Amino acid sequence: MYDRSAKLSAKGVVIDYWLHRSRTLFTAVQGVDLSVRDGEFVAIVGPSGCGKTTFLNAVDGLIPVSGGSLALDGREITKPGPDRAMVFQQPGLLPWRTVLGNVMFGVEAQRSMGKEEAIARAKQQIELVGLSGFEDAFPLELSGGMQQRVNLARALLTDPEMLLLDEPFAALDAQTREMMQLELLKIWSKTRKTALFITHDIKEAIYLADRVIVFTRRPGRVKTVVDITLSRPRDLRIKRDPQFLTYEDQIWESIQEELAVPAERLIAGVPAA
Amino acid sequence: MSIKEADRILPPTTGDQAPSRERRSVVQPSRIARYEPLVIGTLSVVFVLTVWQLVANARIMPVLFLPGPWDVAKAFVVLFQTGDIWLDIMTSGEELAIGFGMAIVFGLLIGLGMGWYTRFQYAMDPFVNFFYSTPRIVLIPLFIIWFGIDIQSKIAVIFLGALFPIIINTMAGVRNTEAALLRVARSFGASDRLIFQRVVLPGSVPFILTGFRLGVGHALTGVVVGELIAAKHGVGQLIAIAQNTFQTPKMLAAVLLIAGTGMILTTIFQRIENRFQSWRPQIRR
Repeated sequence: MYDRSAKLSAKGVVIDYWLHRSRTLFTAVQGVDLSVRDGEFVAIVGPSGCGKTTFLNAVDGLIPVSGGSLALDGREITKPGPDRAMVFQQPGLLPWRTVLGNVMFGVEAQRSMGKEEAIARAKQQIELVGLSGFEDAFPLELSGGMQQRVNLARALLTDPEMLLLDEPFAALDAQTREMMQLELLKIWSKTRKTALFITHDIKEAIYLADRVIVFTRRPGRVKTVVDITLSRPRDLRIKRDPQFLTYEDQIWESIQEELAVPAERLIAGVPAA
Repeated sequence: MSIKEADRILPPTTGDQAPSRERRSVVQPSRIARYEPLVIGTLSVVFVLTVWQLVANARIMPVLFLPGPWDVAKAFVVLFQTGDIWLDIMTSGEELAIGFGMAIVFGLLIGLGMGWYTRFQYAMDPFVNFFYSTPRIVLIPLFIIWFGIDIQSKIAVIFLGALFPIIINTMAGVRNTEAALLRVARSFGASDRLIFQRVVLPGSVPFILTGFRLGVGHALTGVVVGELIAAKHGVGQLIAIAQNTFQTPKMLAAVLLIAGTGMILTTIFQRIENRFQSWRPQIRR
C-alpha cells in the first residue's frame, strides 16, 4: 500500500475538525497525496489558511486524520512519537528554565535519555545552533532569533527520524530570517534529517528545499510540485540566480491562481464539494 | 550641547555586546534614585505621624476620642510589660497558624484539582462562588454554636476566610498555562503527570503566591472579628476589652500588632514570589 522508498507517505489525507461555537464541521485539508523520501528537504507553501499547518500537526500526531492514510516508515501515525520532532512557529520555551534546561525538555518529556547524557548532548546542540555561552540565560533575555535557535536545538536533541518545521522564522525580522535560513541549511547538511518545512515565504521554500509543494486554498490539496535542482551547498546569493527566480515566478503564479478562486468557495464552514 | 561635549560626558558604551534587559533610561541614573522608594515612603509616614501628633496635641478632642501616636506608642510598650499579652499573641498565633495552614493545604489541593480537571471544576464552582461572594464572617455565630468559644470556632472562620482566595488564584494559575507550552509538551509525548509537574505547576507559582497573600488579609480579619465576638484570649479579644473599658490608645496598639503581622506575612510571600521570578527581566526593583 505504501510507497516503500518513502519516509513519509500521505494518501488521500482528510482532516476535519469541529468548530465549537458555530457547531459546524470544518474541512481543513481534503485529499492530500504526497511523499517525502529519506533525507529529503520538502517545503510546503500555500495561501494562508490553506491547512498546511494543520497537515503538519497531523504528521506530528497532535491531531488525528479523518480520512486517508498518513504513515512514517510504513507505520500509521496516530500520536506524537520520538521519531518526529517539531520546531514551532512560537518558540514555546519554559520561561523559568535556562537555555540548557529548555533544550533538554524534549528528551526529558520522552524519557529517552539519562540526565548526564542529556546535559552533555544538549551542550553540543547548543554549540551547533550557535548559542555557546548562553546556556544559563533565560528565554526572556534572548532575542527572537536566539529563542528559535533554542527551539531548533530542543528538537534536534531528540534525534528524530524526521524534523517538522512550522514557519519557524515567520516572526523574525528579514535579516535575522535570512541568517537563520543559512544556518538551518548548514545544520541540515550535517545531520541530513528528513525535513518537512511549512512556510508562506516562497523564497524561503525554494532556498531551503529539494522539493516545493504548493497547496490549494482551503480545503487544502496538493496543487503543484516543483523540484528544486539548485546545487548544494547554497549560499544566500543563490536567491539572485536566474534559475531561482524562474522557480519563484512559477510558484508565485501557482499561488495567485488559488487566490483568484471565486469568493463563494471561501465561506467558512462550508466544505467544498 | 555639541556632540564633542557629549562624548566627554558619556561613559564608554558596551560595544558590540547586546545590553542585558535591565531597566533603562536615557539619562544617567543617579545613585540616590535607588533609595527613592524608601526615602519618600519614610518621609510620607513621618509627615502623617507629625500631623496626627499636632492635631492630638491641640486637644480639641479628649484622649479617649483621639489619642496621638505618642500615646499609642506608650500604650504599646505598656502592653508588653504585662504578662497577659503573650497569652493573647500565642492564642491568636495558634489560631492563625492552624487556620491559615489548613487553608493553604486544602486551597492548593482543591484549586489545582479544579484547574486540572474541568469536571471537578463544574462540580465545585457553585460552592466556591457561593462562599466567595458571602462574607464568611456571618458564619461565626454558627461556628460558636458548633465549636464553642475556644480557638476551634476561630480556626474555622480563618480557614474559610483564607480558603477561597487561595482556591480561586490557584485555579486561575493552572488555567492560565500557555497553550503553546502545552502543545510543545504534547508534541514531545510528555505524560500528563510530567506536563503537570514541569509545565503547569511552575507556571502557576506566581498565581498561587498571590492567593496566599490575599488569604493573609482574610485570615487576619477572621482572627480579629472572631475574637471580637466571643473568645477567652487573643489579640482580637484584647481589642474588645480595651474598647469596652475606654482605653483607646491600648486598642490602637493592639491594632498595630495585627497590622504588623499582616505586613510581615505579606512581605514574606512577596519575597518568595520574587525568588521564583528571578527569570523575569526586571523592569523595576
